[in-house]
Amino acid sequence: MTNAAATVLKPKRRFKLTKRVFSYPYVLFMLLFVVIPLVMILVNAFLDADNTLTLENFKDFFTDKSSLIILANSLLVGVITTAICLIIGYPLAYILSKMPSGRVLVLFYVLPMWVNFLIRTLATKAIFIAIDVPLGMGTVIFGMVYNYLPFMILPLHTTLSSIDRSYIEAAQDLGADSSTVFLKTVLPLSVSGIISGITMVFIPTISTFAISQLLSNGKIFLFGDSIQMKFEQGLYGVGSIMSLVMLVFVLISNFIINRASRKSGLSVGRSLW
Amino acid sequence: MVKVKGIFEKAYLFVILAILYAPILLIIVYSFSNSSNFRFDEGFTFEAYISIFTSEKSPALWDAVGNTFLIAAVSSVIATVMGTFAAIGIFAMGRKARRVLENVNQFPIINSEIVMGVSLMIFFVTFAFPEGYLRLIIAHIAFCTPYVVLSVLPKLESMDPNVYEAALDLGANPFKALVKVLFPMITPGIVSGFVLAFTLSMDDFIITQINKGASTGINTLSTYIYSDARVQGLEPFWYAIFSIIFVVILALVLTLNLVRINRRKQKAAEEAKI
Repeated sequence: MTNAAATVLKPKRRFKLTKRVFSYPYVLFMLLFVVIPLVMILVNAFLDADNTLTLENFKDFFTDKSSLIILANSLLVGVITTAICLIIGYPLAYILSKMPSGRVLVLFYVLPMWVNFLIRTLATKAIFIAIDVPLGMGTVIFGMVYNYLPFMILPLHTTLSSIDRSYIEAAQDLGADSSTVFLKTVLPLSVSGIISGITMVFIPTISTFAISQLLSNGKIFLFGDSIQMKFEQGLYGVGSIMSLVMLVFVLISNFIINRASRKSGLSVGRSLW
Repeated sequence: MVKVKGIFEKAYLFVILAILYAPILLIIVYSFSNSSNFRFDEGFTFEAYISIFTSEKSPALWDAVGNTFLIAAVSSVIATVMGTFAAIGIFAMGRKARRVLENVNQFPIINSEIVMGVSLMIFFVTFAFPEGYLRLIIAHIAFCTPYVVLSVLPKLESMDPNVYEAALDLGANPFKALVKVLFPMITPGIVSGFVLAFTLSMDDFIITQINKGASTGINTLSTYIYSDARVQGLEPFWYAIFSIIFVVILALVLTLNLVRINRRKQKAAEEAKI
C-alpha cells in the first residue's frame, strides 16, 4: 500500500499545480485559534489564581468528592446510553442493510440529527412534563439516546451494508444456520462500525452540556456541564484540569477509531459528514 | 417462518421511527393549539404563529435570528475562502508537512465542543479580545474551516493534474489557469464545504454559549432559546418556531439527500450502459 502510494504521489509533487503559500493564512489561523488555546488549557492547569506554578489544581480535582462523583456519573450515563444505542441501533442497521431500499430508509433515521439538539431536547422535555413523567436519571438517558442514536446507526449501517454478500452466501452454502452466519460472519465483519458507533456516542454523551441539566431540572450535572460551570465561576485552574481529562478521553477514542478503521480498511467515522 | 420474521423486522423499524419522530410531530400538532400543555383548549388556532411577530419577545427573537444568519454568513464565507486555499496549499505539500497539517485540521473535528469552547474563551480573555461578534466569528471560523478543507481535498485528489498542465502549455498564466481550470474542477467540493460550514455555524450552541460573553447581550437563536426556555419552560410561540425549524430542515436535508442518491443512481446506470 505505502509503496504504491509513494509512486503515485511522486509525480504529483513535481507539478507546480498549486502553491503551498495558499495554506499559510490557514496555518497561521489554526496556530493562533486552535493550537495556542489548547496549550493555554495545559498551562492553566498548572497555574493558581496568582499565576504561579502549582499542582494544587490536580490535588483539588482528584480529592474533591463532588467533582469525582460528577465524573463517575458522566461515565455511568455514557456507558448506559452507549449500550442502549448499540442494542437499539445494531438490529436496526442490520435489518436496513438487508433491504434493497435500506440506503434511502436509513436517511429517515439520521434526519433528526440535523435539527439542533437543544430544540429536540426541549421538545422531549415539554412532552415529559405534559404526560407527568418525573424528570430525573430516566429522562436524561432517554434524551441522550434520542439525541445520539443516529450517530450509532450511521457507522453501523455503513459497515454492514458494505459487507460483501458473497461471504454470507458462502457461509450458508457451507451449511451454517442463520445464527452461525450472523455470529461468525456478519458480527466480526462489522466490528469497526461497532467501535466507531460506540465512540461517536460515548464522547458526546459525557461531554455535552445542557441536555442533562434540562432533562433533570438541574438535578443531574454531567462532566460537560461542570466544565462550563467552573469556567463561568472563574475557576480556570480546575476547569482546565477537567478539560484535560476530557481531552484524554477524546484522544483515546480517536486512537481506537483510527485503529479499527485501519484494520478494516474502511474509514467509517468520517463518512458522517 | 420467514414471513413472520419479516413482519417482526418491519414492526421494529416502524416503532423506532415512530419514537424518533413522535416529539417532532407532537410539537407540530400542538403548535396550532396556542398552549404549552398539549391540549386543544382554545381549539385550532394560528395564534402561536402570529405571536412570533407580536409577542413582547419578538424583537429579541428576531435579533437572535438575524445574528444567527449574520454570524453563519460571515464565518462560512471566510471559512470557505480560507479552507479552499488551504486545501490547495496542503495538496501541494510534501508528505510529512501534509500529514502534520491534516492532523491539526482533524483536531477541531474530533475535539469535544466544550473543550474547544473553553480553550478559545481562555485565549480571548487572556489577550483581551473585544467581547461580541469578533470572538464569535473567529470561533465559528475555527470549527467550520476544517470541514471545508476536508470537502475540497478529495476533489483535488481525484482531479486530473494534466488538465492544469495542458492549460499552462497552451499559454495560460498560472493565475488564469487557477481561475479558469482548477477552480471549476473543484467547485462541487467548495460548494458542499460552504453549505456544511453554514449549517454547522447555524447549528452551533455550545461554543457560542461559552464565547458570547454575558455583558454583550448578543444571542444567536440557539443561545436565546436556551436562556429563555431554561427558566420558564416553553411558551406557545416556541412551539410555532420549533415547528417551522423542523419542517424547513427536514425538508431541506431530505431533498438534498434524495437528489444526491438519485444522481448517483443515474451515474451508475449510465456507466452500466457503457
